[in-house]
Amino acid sequence: MNKVEKKRPEKVRCDACPVMCYIAEGKAGACDRYANENGRIIRCDPLTILDRRLAKGDEIKPFLAADWDGQQASGNDVTVSAIGAGTTYPDYKPAPFIVSREIEGVNCVTVVTEAIFSYCGVKVKIDTDRHLGRETAVVRAGGEAVGHVMTSEYGSQMLSLGGVDHLTGGSKAEGRSTCDALLRLCNKEAVELTIDGGSSVTVQAGRPPVVDGKAEERMRVGCGSATIGMFASQWKGLVDEVVVVDDHITGVVSEHQAGKVIDWPETGISIEGHRSTPGRYFRVAEPGLGWGGTDIDDPLKILGAWREKKGARPGLSLLMVSTTGEHAGFFVLDETLQPIEHPMPAALEASVELIAKNCEPALCTVLFMGGAGGSLRAGATTNPIELTRSVHAERTRVTLGGAPAYVWPGGGITIMVDVSLLPDGSFGHVPTPALVAPLEFTVSLDEYRELGGHDGALRSLDDVLTSGGEYGSDARILGTGK
Amino acid sequence: MTARPTAAFLPDGRRLHLNHGPIDLIIEVFGPERESCYGQATRRFETVLTGLVSELPALRTPIMDGHRFTNPIARRMAKAVQPHRDVFVTPMAAVAGAVADEMLEALIADRQVPKAYVNNGGDIAFHLTSGERITAAGPAGPIEIGYDDDTRGLATSGTGGRSHSFGIADAVTVAARTAAEADAAATLIANAIDLPGHPAISRERASDLSPDSDLGDRLVTTSVGRLAGDEVEEALRQGEALACRMRAEGRIREAALSLKGQVRVVASEPETRNAGVLLHA
Repeated sequence: MNKVEKKRPEKVRCDACPVMCYIAEGKAGACDRYANENGRIIRCDPLTILDRRLAKGDEIKPFLAADWDGQQASGNDVTVSAIGAGTTYPDYKPAPFIVSREIEGVNCVTVVTEAIFSYCGVKVKIDTDRHLGRETAVVRAGGEAVGHVMTSEYGSQMLSLGGVDHLTGGSKAEGRSTCDALLRLCNKEAVELTIDGGSSVTVQAGRPPVVDGKAEERMRVGCGSATIGMFASQWKGLVDEVVVVDDHITGVVSEHQAGKVIDWPETGISIEGHRSTPGRYFRVAEPGLGWGGTDIDDPLKILGAWREKKGARPGLSLLMVSTTGEHAGFFVLDETLQPIEHPMPAALEASVELIAKNCEPALCTVLFMGGAGGSLRAGATTNPIELTRSVHAERTRVTLGGAPAYVWPGGGITIMVDVSLLPDGSFGHVPTPALVAPLEFTVSLDEYRELGGHDGALRSLDDVLTSGGEYGSDARILGTGK
Repeated sequence: MTARPTAAFLPDGRRLHLNHGPIDLIIEVFGPERESCYGQATRRFETVLTGLVSELPALRTPIMDGHRFTNPIARRMAKAVQPHRDVFVTPMAAVAGAVADEMLEALIADRQVPKAYVNNGGDIAFHLTSGERITAAGPAGPIEIGYDDDTRGLATSGTGGRSHSFGIADAVTVAARTAAEADAAATLIANAIDLPGHPAISRERASDLSPDSDLGDRLVTTSVGRLAGDEVEEALRQGEALACRMRAEGRIREAALSLKGQVRVVASEPETRNAGVLLHA
């Protein structure tokens, strides 16, 4: 109970209504609508209407009609968001005002809730060629296991973090660390992760990854082989040999099909690696943080002896470059057929820059993934299956904080959403531990009326809206990890 | 810039929504006199919050002998907590229910109304005539109340709502003669559902959370972590014992208590007192 001993925070008196609450720093008043943020009274309406035009860099409007600029909230510009709407778990006191004022003037019927997701996690895509860790390696935050390395994707490393096993299936410390990491990632904050047997990486949605303290700038234009294919004709005549160093597939232009078709002469080069097909080599080195996601700093280490019989000769020129153009070197064979580094000719420098220019900025992307279970749906309708059917039939749109969600085919309502599309601070948590995310089911009023006569799903939504939250008894089971 | 009370129809065109500061009421009247009733309610609502605020300091302290409130809602609150003076309680424990009761009375005064309700954030006062029934959501499933039941108030309390609780209950729903009585009882039963000193329960001083809370420096629950099954049962037993006592003394009609997915029902028929059995289902 040391919390009790701490210094009392600054309080501010709110004059929004006759109660004139004193509100402590970071807390809301009796109405839950006004709060003290850094000593200032701010409006924190449980329901905010998000004007998409403004949301792209401007503020979010409060929903009260009195606070509006008079413009009617309608059409696609306005989304009723569930952020801060509150949830029925574990309290089934309906929050009637949620459904009350803001619906007026909005041509949509939106059932809003803040859903507690026991089954949830994030999929993180990290644009980097650098090897962060082996597939299935444990990913840690604050020393606790919070996820694992997934399959690599094109130019990216993927992590799966969270999930019910880490949240509630392990120790309390594991659950807390997992919940904390997920919450911060979903709220677009930076989280430092370490990978067993691999690197440490700082991940923040929409920002470049920082791998072992170094910010990644670009994602590769393609694998080494693809890079050869893209640029072979531009190199022809400028240099005698090009090696694109890549942890996945290292390409050699003189041997590669892309070189063959433009009659690129043999050079007698040999590569230390497993040849896949001509001009394409696997495992030229160990994965790491050096050239092209390998562990090497000196690219010549991947070269074997140059073979005179196959075309090697003194004066033969060689470009070695990584798949992002971040690393590059120009070499010329001396009398003993040893490659010696020389200044890069301007024409080749331009081709290296072209590789770099064709790379996209390296980013971290964070997709929240969660399942709206039977109990959650019972919170939205009294006949959950009809809601599922309506969602799958695309008659009901699912959004999180106004951001469109991808709904997985198959059973249930399992969704994925790009957290960067949600307003800051949209996610919360409960001690279960589990994440709380805003969730909206939306159907157009016309459609709703049209279907309401014969479609049970929409009548169920109607039930919810008109009876102020007569939730099925299942609603309380949310978030218990069952 | 103090806001005025607002009144608006919900989009269904049937229910009235009244708001002033922390008070949100959803009101519905059935029958042909709906419009007139809504007019009466809106007029009464003008002074509900200001009336309460005028006696707020006294409402935020335990009742003192001989103290007499002038505001009718304040009187309802004091009356509702009066029988519970053996524990710490202030009239604020019944504020939501008392507002609902007062508004219901104003709503249907001198009108012929078959059925009506005032829902104050889950604390509900209702009016029924012969043959009418009302259904509400509760922790143990839908709660249905008929004309013949001597129950005109429902209230829910727990750790999840706006007000603070000394206890750890997810929700306690009480049916009583009035919403104010139900509100006070639900608050106290929810307070009783507790495991003092349990490490998984975090508490903070009420005054740190809300500087002018009627609960002062008393510790209120801010989060409840994982509890063992027998701990949940033990905590529920405490609340159940109090609810049974209240029922025996005629202070409440029924109660449904829930914590971590376990539910206890305290009702007239002993055989319904098993977990998960719906009240009047």
